Amino acid sequence: MTESREYDTIPGTYVYDARRGREGYALNMFCMSLNVAENRRKFKEDEAAYLDRFTLSPEQRRTVLKRDWLGMLKVGGNIYYTIKIAFCDGLTFQDVASMMSGVSKEEYAKMMLAGGRSPEGNRYKDAAALDTSRG
Amino acid sequence: MASIVAGIACSHVPAIGVAMDRGTTGTPYWEGLFKGYEPARQWLAKLAPDVAIIVYNDHACAFSLQFIPTFLIGVADRFPIADEGFGPRPVPVVQGHPALAWHLAESLILDEFDMTIANEMPVDHGLTVPLSVTCGQPQQWPFPVIPLCVNVVQYPPPTGARCFKLGQAIARAVASFEPDLRVVIYGTGGMSHQLQGERAGLINRDFDKAFLDGMTKDPLALTRITHTEYMREAGSEGVEMVMWHIMRGALDADAAEIYRHYHVPASNTAAGLMILENRRTT
Repeated sequence: MTESREYDTIPGTYVYDARRGREGYALNMFCMSLNVAENRRKFKEDEAAYLDRFTLSPEQRRTVLKRDWLGMLKVGGNIYYTIKIAFCDGLTFQDVASMMSGVSKEEYAKMMLAGGRSPEGNRYKDAAALDTSRG
Repeated sequence: MASIVAGIACSHVPAIGVAMDRGTTGTPYWEGLFKGYEPARQWLAKLAPDVAIIVYNDHACAFSLQFIPTFLIGVADRFPIADEGFGPRPVPVVQGHPALAWHLAESLILDEFDMTIANEMPVDHGLTVPLSVTCGQPQQWPFPVIPLCVNVVQYPPPTGARCFKLGQAIARAVASFEPDLRVVIYGTGGMSHQLQGERAGLINRDFDKAFLDGMTKDPLALTRITHTEYMREAGSEGVEMVMWHIMRGALDADAAEIYRHYHVPASNTAAGLMILENRRTT
């Protein structure tokens, strides 16, 4: 993933483009299989054995087994696909969003009720870094 | 002759469907959102269109990454409800309109829009939530539906300008269909939201308001918003708003805003609803 894109300057965002598509195909196709109730049952029964059916990289496999939601995105996961693992676990989109953004479920829900995450200071990676250094 | 009489822009947040399916729309969390849907339901029931074209994106249900159609039209006579990973929504099967759908497919392709044609496919919340929002919970949907899917899952989605032109081609195609049908077109998805990464939860009210205003003030200017600008300003999944341009392009330049409703939050999303009507009556 060496070629840079204009949208790479957006902080905390993993655009599912050609670079990630090449890396994430098998991971996302595993997630797709969870649309079938019988597959969800088999996956929950023995996750490691179920994953053997797909050619995941060791890191992709780890992120799935550890439910490292943010990590999945970094190794080619597409959120519309990886969320299916969460549904299988009985989690909601908001549960996963809070985990990816590193806050508690309650804190995240409170932020959304207050109008969501502001774009101010969240448009560019550099600005985000500046905001952090300002505390 | 058939004609497009109105357009509906509507967010398709899955949690909105869940709230309706579980009967929790009256809770303090959802009350404000659903109250704002009432006038739209009354308007649509009164309009009683003969058929709806619903522009939406599939969310890894009908299509996986194996095939990624940029624009697809469903020509089946019925579309079952998809299992999205937690069982299908308990809503009626969607009836299609094969005669108009095939006419659209042929007209659009000959008009240089290279549609993929689907003879069989399930439909997910992207299509059923806007139906639920605007029709409530009937035993059967009040009109047949032509699904028109747009890829927004694999970057890049089609540009806003291309979507607008597809909308214009849809209007031409509808106008060349012999039977007198009154057609509504839905543009779904959005508004600002980000579902992924550390930046999840992003909402941009100013962007959304300007977008809603622009739908009547200067829709062509909106078509020049780049994908990067959508993602930066309206969140990575805010790029779904390109689908609104298909609806807008299918309407007359001077279409009038009849109603709007905007509410934050619906789960992770800013939910928008807008009704536009063509002024001419046929």
